[in-house]
Amino acid sequence: MSEFAPICIYLVISLLVSLIPLGVPFPFSSNTSTYPEKLSAYECGFDPFGDARSRFDIRFYLVSILFIILDPEVTFFFPWAVPLNKIDPFGSWSMMAFLLILTIGFLYEWKRGASDRE
Amino acid sequence: MIIDTTTTKVQAINSFSRLEFLKEVYETIWMLFPILILVLGITIGVLVIVWLEREISASIQQRIGPEYAGPLGILQALADGTKLLFKENLLPSRGDTYLFSIGPSIAVISILLGYLIIPFGSRLVLADLSIGVFLWIAVSSIAPIGLLMSGYGSNNKYSFLGGLRAAAQSISYEIPLTLCVLSISLLSNSSSTVDIVEAQSKYGFWGWNLWRQPIGFIVFIISSLAECERLPFDLPEAEEELVAGYQTEYSGIKFGLFYVASYLNLLISSLFVTVLYLGGWNLSIPYIFISEFFEINKIDGVFGTTIGIFITLAKTFLFLFIPITTRWTLPRLRMDQLLNLGWKFLLPISLGNLLLTTSSQLFSL
Repeated sequence: MSEFAPICIYLVISLLVSLIPLGVPFPFSSNTSTYPEKLSAYECGFDPFGDARSRFDIRFYLVSILFIILDPEVTFFFPWAVPLNKIDPFGSWSMMAFLLILTIGFLYEWKRGASDRE
Repeated sequence: MIIDTTTTKVQAINSFSRLEFLKEVYETIWMLFPILILVLGITIGVLVIVWLEREISASIQQRIGPEYAGPLGILQALADGTKLLFKENLLPSRGDTYLFSIGPSIAVISILLGYLIIPFGSRLVLADLSIGVFLWIAVSSIAPIGLLMSGYGSNNKYSFLGGLRAAAQSISYEIPLTLCVLSISLLSNSSSTVDIVEAQSKYGFWGWNLWRQPIGFIVFIISSLAECERLPFDLPEAEEELVAGYQTEYSGIKFGLFYVASYLNLLISSLFVTVLYLGGWNLSIPYIFISEFFEINKIDGVFGTTIGIFITLAKTFLFLFIPITTRWTLPRLRMDQLLNLGWKFLLPISLGNLLLTTSSQLFSL
């Protein structure tokens, strides 16, 4: 427990370090006294049209789905990698089977074109 | 470092009073001290990187660079930061105020947390966790959420696209990076950063993980460049396409916080290259004065600690020349090229590297 105490304290301090600068310019912020064009979205000098939160490319979504599949699987490798010299061959080879399944899934996704951007 | 001094002081206190909670309070307060020193050091490190980048950029482009603020323009970054602190704080009228304000802070916090586990000397680490590098990987993947929040909160088309691009790029390159770190912890049989450095301490620089993991080293550099959004991969803030990406609507210190976050990220990836691949605080000269130099690393006093910090920082800042010079030599990739490089080149290569490392570890048992 004590080895995680520095993390908590450091978390509080880094919160302070990044939140205090946000508070400093408040005396100088003058949202009320400026003209409305200054606060509108920047679109190269034209009046902004439409809403920015419209449709976006589905491929960004695909990338995040692929990430969600692959990242936890990679995360599972860490508890196996550290004591590799202490576990028996069964343990190491069962992780190889896991890696094989991961690779097959990745190849399938590749052949289906989920990571194509055209 | 913390433990030694604390135990003696705590014994002294216990002789005065036997209250247990007083001891805990004292330990907590004593723990603040190294943390504050670390934060101060990080800030100075960021200022030095900004200065280095401006000077190197200037000399690559045959300019002079900053020269008026302080000797050789060292104080230029400090002057810029102070100016940004007193700038007007604009909040876009149609945007989401909370997401807009919190976004840069989240990016900074998540990157700052990674510095916990960097060993600067043989016992000079804030938290020597057994899950060390894993903490960095877990915490550093919070940063794209901050960028996404700021892109969404600005309600600007450029910002929105920039935020999406930043998130997609960070998560694409997260996996090759993790696989490279995984290969390192396979080699060292530990995820603790201190153990990883000590596994490289034999045979001088021939013991570096760089020689045992050349593929992993290159993949790590490329992925960490992409994680830092440095120039071959700076698509989220591509000036010619999206005005400044997710930073378009920002002004004042929030804009500055994004820059602090990006330089902090650059510094921490360089520190991790030093720790994981370049032997950390070890002097790394194999043949000359071998016994004397190895004894230096074992000295516990101020001298050994200072030398450890100096060696770590020297390796880090020498390595930093690579990302700074790539900024002025390589052209920017297209978005589909970027994602293809991540998913179809780096990921299979790092998987193969992991397989190679595993089999070499298994057969050498």
